[in-house]
Amino acid sequence: MLKINNLQAAIEGKEILKGIDLEVKPGEVHAIMGPNGSGKSTLSSVIAGREDYEVTAGNIDFQGEDLLDLDADERAHKGIFLSFQYPVEIPGVTVTNFIKTAINESRKARGEEAMPANIMLKKMREKMGLLEIDSAFLSRSLNQGFSGGEKKRNEIFQMAMLEPKLAILDETDSGLDIDALRIVANGVNKLKSKDNAIIVITHYQRLLDYIVPDFVHVLHQGKIVKSGDKNLAHELESRGYDWLKEGVEA
Amino acid sequence: MEALKDKLESSFLVFENEINGAADSPMHARRREAFQRFIKMGFPTKRHEEWKYTNLKPILKHDYRVFVNDEQTVDFSAIKRYFLNDVDTYKLVFIDGYYSSWLSETTHSDFDICTFSNMLTKYKDVGEKYFNKALPEDEALASVNTAFAKEGAFIRVKRGKTVDKPVEVIFITTDHGVETMTQPRNLVVVEENAEVTILERHQSLSSQEVLTNTATEIFALKDSRVNYYKIQNDAPNASLIDSTSVRQYSKSNVTLGTYSFGGKFTRNNLNFFLEGEHTESHLDGITVIDGKQTVDHHTLVDHKVPNCYSDEMYKGIYDENSHGVFNGKVMVHPHAQKTNAFQQNNNILLTDKSSIDTKPQLEIYADDVQCSHGCTIGQLDEDALFYLKTRGIPEKEAKALLLYAFANDGLRNVKIPVLRKKLNRLIAKKLNVNLDFEL
Repeated sequence: MLKINNLQAAIEGKEILKGIDLEVKPGEVHAIMGPNGSGKSTLSSVIAGREDYEVTAGNIDFQGEDLLDLDADERAHKGIFLSFQYPVEIPGVTVTNFIKTAINESRKARGEEAMPANIMLKKMREKMGLLEIDSAFLSRSLNQGFSGGEKKRNEIFQMAMLEPKLAILDETDSGLDIDALRIVANGVNKLKSKDNAIIVITHYQRLLDYIVPDFVHVLHQGKIVKSGDKNLAHELESRGYDWLKEGVEA
Repeated sequence: MEALKDKLESSFLVFENEINGAADSPMHARRREAFQRFIKMGFPTKRHEEWKYTNLKPILKHDYRVFVNDEQTVDFSAIKRYFLNDVDTYKLVFIDGYYSSWLSETTHSDFDICTFSNMLTKYKDVGEKYFNKALPEDEALASVNTAFAKEGAFIRVKRGKTVDKPVEVIFITTDHGVETMTQPRNLVVVEENAEVTILERHQSLSSQEVLTNTATEIFALKDSRVNYYKIQNDAPNASLIDSTSVRQYSKSNVTLGTYSFGGKFTRNNLNFFLEGEHTESHLDGITVIDGKQTVDHHTLVDHKVPNCYSDEMYKGIYDENSHGVFNGKVMVHPHAQKTNAFQQNNNILLTDKSSIDTKPQLEIYADDVQCSHGCTIGQLDEDALFYLKTRGIPEKEAKALLLYAFANDGLRNVKIPVLRKKLNRLIAKKLNVNLDFEL
């Protein structure tokens, strides 16, 4: 589904990603872990299509197409979704209108008709139940005045509505208390299928107790320095990152 | 400018001759005084503090015909789109300064919704009491309008009455093959505990330069409620100078919304004089312009007495080479304690060549007050744009959505749903998008 080859990216001349290789197949959950500043968020931004980053080498193949040729919105139309670490507040646009616009713009891009209002509403209700979201939530301005937990729940709600093929969850656990974490993780697990894939980006192992990864990769100084299964996450939790850093810097 | 001034001078003599019988009336004395003031002041130039940011010269250099004599008719179908349509309204329609009875729908029951000229003959007492008693004397263009005041809307809502449907006041200028100047004059008197909602627009159907120099006086008496909305979306060669003054008496509540999208040049002089305590004033504005358009908002909220509340919010989006001005003065007099006065002016410049001059002016001479003002000038938020794009919303639509959302606060006091819809559509059209949502 996703094949990243020797991806290198820089921002304002500063090299952040120094050759990433990663392959994600349908049905898989990958976790990318690493200390602050290792390039985790850069990787997610580059996959999603943020223009501030300059890709200096490598490519990203998504279902046989080079993602780097596409704008962020076109990538979304192909089924890429990024759950933001810091979702942006947009006063004046309600959650409902935002989701409606997002779904219908994607459908339009794929040559499909707009989703009928009653079906949209039904779907919203169903997904709201999944994430234990109150209906009053829908008429609030997007992320404005939302608590950290509400923002993250809203991200996963959007994911549930948009049904992406590849979802990247960037630090979805940050700012969540344990109950909110459980709800969000539970929501993600229910959205998992054999046809879609998830990349979980996280600093801590905590989230991975709930969203269990098939693969864990450790990112350090713009490179994947170690890959393993879920046990690697536990090892990182007890040993920290330093033992891996030494290996690289030596 | 001098040529136009000379022309107005001779036109005024003609005007006086035409109304020979009424030339001695107290009403006409006010016109004459106003004209004398104008002759003394002349047209304002950029040297005037209040005209620092906009140059009237290019607007006043045209050879406008001041009186249109060849009356023309207009089919309703040609102007239907300027009306609200989906809702029942009273209508006052003027073609080239003349009242059009067949396009209008008036009433004289619990409220008079008729013409200024009608007021001059039928309701002289009202005229004597209110005519030119709200507009400041030192504004040259308002004075010119006063001097030539003879037609426009007259709306008087009697004590305790609520006008059952909105009133639409529309001024149409047709093509006479020459550059044309019109000077509509409106008087609105809303008596004690009465209520009215009014919508005003000026529309040129001419391919020639048109200058509308309009003036409106609104008296909101004790406990009255007034909603007044202006849609300024005129033709590309039409300019508008609008002087509107509101006098508010105790516990009255007035909302005035100015929505500017079209026209070549638009200047709004909006004054609120708070005469009685516990009044509420809402001044809202949305400006979305492009090309070489100019929209200049000058507002004054004059807190003369204690315990009044005023809230002003103007939003502007400027594309291409357009130019905006916001000059918002809030005056709190020494004994106007417990004043609450808020002002906000937020602007987005979409290009390097667009510009905005914004000048909040708070003069506070009382100590126990709550006043605030904020003014911002910015570009679109790149983070927000990226966020929307990752959700599949293309750049153009994402920008429009953000601009919509930005401007939306300016519609907070629009109480007629069809008007809200219309304004949303006008904003969308101006932003050149077709989005399937409403805010």
